[in-house]
Amino acid sequence: MSYVTIDLTDLLIASILVLANGGLSLLFGLGLARKLIWSALRMTIQLLAIGFVLRWLFAMESPWLTLVAALAMVAVAGREIMARQDRRLSGLWAYGLGTSTMLAAAMVVTVFALTTQIRPDPWWDPQYALPILGMILGNTMTGIALGLQTLTRGLERGKAGVEARLALGETRFGATRHVLRDALSSALIPVINGMAAAGIVSLPGMMTGQILAGVEPVEAVKYQILIMFLIAGGTAFGAIAAVLGGIMRLTDSRHRLRLDRLQDQVRTT
Amino acid sequence: MHALELRALKAAVGPALTCSLGSGECLVLRGSSGVGKSLLLRAIADLDLHEGEVLLDGVSQDAVAAPVWRRKVLYVATEPGWWSDHVGDHFPDREGITEELKHFGFGPDCLDWRIDRLSSGERQRLGLIRALSFRPDVLLLDEPTATLDAHNAGLVEALVADRRKDGMTVLWVSHDEAQARRVATGILRLSPTSAVVEDVS
Repeated sequence: MSYVTIDLTDLLIASILVLANGGLSLLFGLGLARKLIWSALRMTIQLLAIGFVLRWLFAMESPWLTLVAALAMVAVAGREIMARQDRRLSGLWAYGLGTSTMLAAAMVVTVFALTTQIRPDPWWDPQYALPILGMILGNTMTGIALGLQTLTRGLERGKAGVEARLALGETRFGATRHVLRDALSSALIPVINGMAAAGIVSLPGMMTGQILAGVEPVEAVKYQILIMFLIAGGTAFGAIAAVLGGIMRLTDSRHRLRLDRLQDQVRTT
Repeated sequence: MHALELRALKAAVGPALTCSLGSGECLVLRGSSGVGKSLLLRAIADLDLHEGEVLLDGVSQDAVAAPVWRRKVLYVATEPGWWSDHVGDHFPDREGITEELKHFGFGPDCLDWRIDRLSSGERQRLGLIRALSFRPDVLLLDEPTATLDAHNAGLVEALVADRRKDGMTVLWVSHDEAQARRVATGILRLSPTSAVVEDVS
């Protein structure tokens, strides 16, 4: 394995591209220069910070610190799911449903992968556990956020249809079957498309990274295939649990539609 | 034998209501809009949270699973809801409704029509046919002729009258006093504070 390291000078040279973009924005009066520079700075600081955190975690080799880091990642991703909802569930459910289903799905899939396929020693080795959890988490988060968003929109816009089915004697799951199907397909379509396009339209980031780091291409591809399976599994488990949980919460034991358990529209400026 | 009994039934809006209805009777609900007529029907079908008790043939609503109750005590909204693209998708028993379709002048091909091409009057008539196809004991009609001309309103009244002969009990929200006089065995006049039943049979 061999790879070419880059140093500070290389980064500064590359940053000329961003500065040049900022210059163009000023020239054409696009008003994007400030945002562009700010985002680039933020990205640099965030990534450097996470780099040092990971270096420290790897050096500590503590299962508890690794777990704390993993839970922190889940907590942040949970906030992101909530932020992506137009109409949130009321009370603690707004944060709790997406976060708990994501936690369960991503943790189960990550532990499964670490203990039976990748098998680092020890199995929780942060060098393996955290990046893999991160990749599964990112996709599961997107899936759950899309699934819940489609569910609440579908129930709101299709209220008349769902209530007609309930009035005709269908159960809460029967009456929402068409909404459930839409919610799950929008949750899973990014993963399905990602798998279909992988290698033809796009070279997945992790595989590309490994190749740049000197890993033999076929070995990198094998890793990527494994990760794709894990992502598909985690996203499906998480989205199904979250959408079914959402249906349970937005109906009651007397099979009534309970849209009163949604918060008012979140105003985004 | 489909007797419906309401005991201090109270929806989110409107007065508490106690009354009973015998098999084949038709109680027409009258009152200004916003007084809670639709909410009352929805409470009887257990589609909304409510206070009080509803009994069908002496059996309480709470003692029966909600889907079973709703199939017997069936609510028909003014604008019936649809959940699939084609008319036929909404009828589990396509053969059993030929008579009713013919009654309203629909051919069998109407089952292939797209929902989004229907007029509001067609939706309302098809919604009624869909409800009747479940052969409910009690039918809760929320302004079932609101979007219909006099001819079609008459057809609705005739079809419901026909089913009442078989013992189906009806609660009917109507804004038309003349219609109320034609179809009712009793008229319930709702105000924000009171509910008075007037016997007209």
